[in-house]
Amino acid sequence: MGCGAVGSLFAANLSLLDDVEVWAFDLNELHTAAINRGGLRLSGAGDVVGQPRATSDASELPACEFGIVATKAMHTEPAIAATAHAFADGYVATVQNGLGNEETIAGHVEGVIRGTTFPAGKLLEPGHVQWDVQGDTTFGPYDERTPLAEVERLADACTRAGMPADAVEDARGPQWRKVIFNASTNPIGALTGLTHGRVCERPDLRALVTGLVDEGKAVAAAQGIELDADPEELIDHAARPEVAYDHKASMLQDVEARRQTEVDYLNGGIVRFGAEHGVPTPLNAAIQALVKGVEASWTQN
Amino acid sequence: MTKVVVAGAGSIGSLLAAHLARVAEVTVLTRREEHAAALREQGLRVSGRSDFTARLGATADPAALPAAELAILACKGTDLEPLAARLEGTLPGATVMTIQNGLGAEEVVAAHGDWPLLSSVTFMSGTRHGDAHVEYVLDTATWIGPYRGTTEEDARRVAELIEAGGLHAEAFPDLRPAQWSKLIFNATVNGVAALTGLPHDFHFAQTEAPSDLGILVRDLVDEGKAVAAAAGVELHDDPWAMNVLATERGHRHFPSMLEDVEAHRPTELESINGALAREAWRLGVDVPLQTAVYRLVKAREASYSE
Repeated sequence: MGCGAVGSLFAANLSLLDDVEVWAFDLNELHTAAINRGGLRLSGAGDVVGQPRATSDASELPACEFGIVATKAMHTEPAIAATAHAFADGYVATVQNGLGNEETIAGHVEGVIRGTTFPAGKLLEPGHVQWDVQGDTTFGPYDERTPLAEVERLADACTRAGMPADAVEDARGPQWRKVIFNASTNPIGALTGLTHGRVCERPDLRALVTGLVDEGKAVAAAQGIELDADPEELIDHAARPEVAYDHKASMLQDVEARRQTEVDYLNGGIVRFGAEHGVPTPLNAAIQALVKGVEASWTQN
Repeated sequence: MTKVVVAGAGSIGSLLAAHLARVAEVTVLTRREEHAAALREQGLRVSGRSDFTARLGATADPAALPAAELAILACKGTDLEPLAARLEGTLPGATVMTIQNGLGAEEVVAAHGDWPLLSSVTFMSGTRHGDAHVEYVLDTATWIGPYRGTTEEDARRVAELIEAGGLHAEAFPDLRPAQWSKLIFNATVNGVAALTGLPHDFHFAQTEAPSDLGILVRDLVDEGKAVAAAAGVELHDDPWAMNVLATERGHRHFPSMLEDVEAHRPTELESINGALAREAWRLGVDVPLQTAVYRLVKAREASYSE
């Protein structure tokens, strides 16, 4: 569900497996028509032409064993509401950014799988996605209604399809690591217009990033979540010239294109979980309010 | 007639010069000679809340300024240091009044001459429509107080002169309470506007949802109040009430810091947010949100070259 860049990487690769039948659900009819006509093409980090069945009509979806939600976080609710009928006996995984997608999906289906994925790309034209970065995916059961064995089946299929995936009992560590990384760097780029590297080389701004990271770590710790890596190290690693120094955060790209951002699910998610666990998050709240202000300025001016 | 020099003819300088020219002999000091020539030839037209054309003298050469009893330095904070340097050795016998946003303008001027000094802050606003035309938008007051070698009586005489010219002004025995109220207001509203792109509108007073902008604005104001308290300043006005009142006027004001950021110009960040943050650090007051806003706008200025 949601066959943009990340959704297409899963759909095209999984469709190559003989024992898997893939349906791609996306509201963009030009995209679904192109996929049905000429296949779903990936180029870049891997060159693949997959043959998923594509549709913009949720009622066409048959009963499925697994679903993968790959929409932007603000579209989770309508996406799962439209497609839940296909997963009465299945399990639905999220590979989206941010916090709260699992809860939203669990409002519509029984079996939910928490997922965090690192591959990235962009939609070039209908039916064609550029695959920029390969990377791992981690899946885990959202609650006791999802057996680990089912999560392992999904991870195994992804791995065999060329999208390496792990199944773990508690997938919150990688999720929070990625959320803290994104919430602490993306909005800073969006508010200042600076690339990731330039944010990190200004000591005053890097200190602000650390302030945001520390709040996120405190909220994770209060829930007993063990991060699988230190976001600080990942942030510094990404700032190196050969890694992502010149990268404009996706939120900066969103702001430049005046598209709604995922700030409510990044900083807003940290604030919400912080409030639930009695951990103050003033900096994340301030950053969320500023980015919401940026979004509001597009309709006011 | 009183002789007055107004140095700097942006919107505030133009409003002061034109109105004062109705009751005093005014000479405007401009940066560009064409600007001075336009003022000499066409006069200075005021529209909006006033409607007249003032006749006044104008020059771009500080050495050509006539003797004056009062000189108002009305440039932007970022231009004050070079302006004060140009005035060194001129205007003997004049009382010099600063009107810049933020803190520290008086010290900058004091370092360039031994003129008696008055402090002021202004809440009026205008829009320039060219070198010889300014629109009078907000008719709120200018507040004046003694600073060095002056008394409340000196402040009162200047306030009366400005009032006689048709603007609003008030004298205070100590300007710091008013100056700090405006400092906290500006550090908050200008910083948030510059970062969000929002004019000073209803969003700044909205406090219903946890992520509403008004909550951040209120928290920033509270940090500023804590700094003022630590500095021993009792505020003249509550900056939060000033903020709410301004958003209720229904006039969507674009703070200068927002206009500066959009035009990729240097902002008054250092004399406003920087001044407040440095006071906080000096006094040991924790201001994490103001520090964040200060760093973000500073980085935004650095992004102009991207």
